[in-house]
Amino acid sequence: MPYTYLDEIAIADVAFEAWAETREGLFVEAGDALMNVMVEGLGSVRPLARRRFHVQARDLERLLFEYLQQFIFFKDAEQLLLRVSDVVITQEAGELGLTAEAAGEKIDPKRHDLNADVKAVTLHRFRIRNEPEGWIATVVLDI
Amino acid sequence: MAVPGELRQISDAVWELPVSWKPGMRVPARFYGTRKLIEHFDDGVFEQAANVAMLPGIQKYSLCMPDGHWGYGFPIGGVAAFDPDEGVISPGGIGFDINCGMRLVATNLIYDEVEPHLNRLVDRLFERIPSGVGSTGFVKLTEDEFLTVAEQGSRWCLKNGYALPEDLELTEEQGCMEGADVAKVSRKAVQRGHNQIGTLGSGNHYLELQVARKENIFNPELARAFGITVPDQVVVMYHCGSRGFGHQVATDYLHVLLDVMERVYGIRIIDKELACAPFRSPQGQDYFSAMKCAVNMSFANRQVILHRVREVFSEVFGKSPNDLGIRQVYDVTHNTAKLEEHVIDGTRRRVLIHRKGSTRAFGPGMEGIPERYQPFGQPVIIGGSMETGSYLLAGVAEGEQTFYSTAHGSGRVMSRHSARKKYQGKKLVREMQFRGIYVRTASLRGLAEEAGGAYKDIDAVVRASELAGISTPVVKLTPIGNIKG
Repeated sequence: MPYTYLDEIAIADVAFEAWAETREGLFVEAGDALMNVMVEGLGSVRPLARRRFHVQARDLERLLFEYLQQFIFFKDAEQLLLRVSDVVITQEAGELGLTAEAAGEKIDPKRHDLNADVKAVTLHRFRIRNEPEGWIATVVLDI
Repeated sequence: MAVPGELRQISDAVWELPVSWKPGMRVPARFYGTRKLIEHFDDGVFEQAANVAMLPGIQKYSLCMPDGHWGYGFPIGGVAAFDPDEGVISPGGIGFDINCGMRLVATNLIYDEVEPHLNRLVDRLFERIPSGVGSTGFVKLTEDEFLTVAEQGSRWCLKNGYALPEDLELTEEQGCMEGADVAKVSRKAVQRGHNQIGTLGSGNHYLELQVARKENIFNPELARAFGITVPDQVVVMYHCGSRGFGHQVATDYLHVLLDVMERVYGIRIIDKELACAPFRSPQGQDYFSAMKCAVNMSFANRQVILHRVREVFSEVFGKSPNDLGIRQVYDVTHNTAKLEEHVIDGTRRRVLIHRKGSTRAFGPGMEGIPERYQPFGQPVIIGGSMETGSYLLAGVAEGEQTFYSTAHGSGRVMSRHSARKKYQGKKLVREMQFRGIYVRTASLRGLAEEAGGAYKDIDAVVRASELAGISTPVVKLTPIGNIKG
């Protein structure tokens, strides 16, 4: 699994580290890592509803933050569990832009093995590193 | 972990870190707890309380209650007072779950009367009060109607048949903070929250049926005053907050304030989660107004849940809520910032009090508590873990040292992940059933994360708050039924 949960960073909450060879891949994995906190077995989320969303930010970390918030938004506003299949990052007038293709379905407690709601993405130890082996993000979620 | 060497004991349950401990501290940091509790504080608590002590305009001390643990920005259990003219407001001093709080409701039923119906009662409460990931409430509101709720809080509930006048009287702020301005709230926040009125949420949020056993009544006079009048009386306690709406308000303003904090106001960023702005600044005032919307939404959330509790009891016992004596004891918020008057160095002053995972605990005779409780002090509701029990306390006259604040719960000691490895949801349900606690949960894994062993010893937290003179125990309430998100 290209993400792992870090045990002792956040006692009351959940921290994860995600990694991938590319920036775009990192975003896809980080989205799954967040979703996996709310639902066990991401394979149970069928791609029945499609959403395309766009976020902008001045740097890559803030872009990841805004991107992850989208999953929480759709979960509350439309009760949708989403997984992203494709991420495109572009440079837009001094800012970074991101377009994501997401698919998923409405939460169904009978079908989905649900865990805890994610309230927010925090800025605590929030970090993206570009290492020789690829891109690594550390994120702490408020539960 | 190690307690800082410079930590000095002030009294049995009060400890202090001097300003010399970390460069930039404007006031000392004070920690409430017995030696044992303090020794088990995580490192983050000391660091974070010291960071809070660096914020402009802080008065007297950066405080941490006995249930303190590591948080974002402020520690959980953090309390700080700021001068409204020279000080700041910080979302990190309030928490993502704005007006997360506790409500306690008494009944005139005793355990023997409830026991034969316990499973049905818990099952019906579980069915009727939505909980868990992404759950939506039974009060269907348009986005516009939701904005009215955010402005009016429990008053909206009263107008719409979800409250009795007495419920509002027995809620902190009477269930509505003045000055909530929905123009300061993002559309995203409204979209996240408008369908969540009447939901518990998940994580450590729950609704519990509890018993006030005779041997657990520590102060019969106060217990009587608060409506705990017969041995083995059954009560309902619940813990929830402002749901996605409040979480989004906090998230939005964390960034608004972070963007101006250093650039515009020259306040050094020590920790991004401690983003702040001068209270009198446009951004500070905007956040305060938006925060009040979330506070009001949360009061309304707990109020409509009370409406459902009344309906379910009525259905199960075939009597009216009035005949069943269903009466709110009190509703407290433990994640807020409020302007209050306190005596500081001999002068009575208005200060902005941040309480994050801390309960206001006004003493007898203080303005702001219901008239009927004036001689006794404010009821304080402390939620424990689902296995060990909870407490009703009262505020005391000596509480001035903490700006009349005390603990809010028992505080976690074990991470969610570790708890999940150590406990199994199904086994826990069986074990609790064996001990007379019937549980229904939206998530067995989530349940395992909330096992009693993941929390501090609540008895020790309550004892420490009594020893320090910041609140006094009235009754310990033991669980018999629990619904968990």
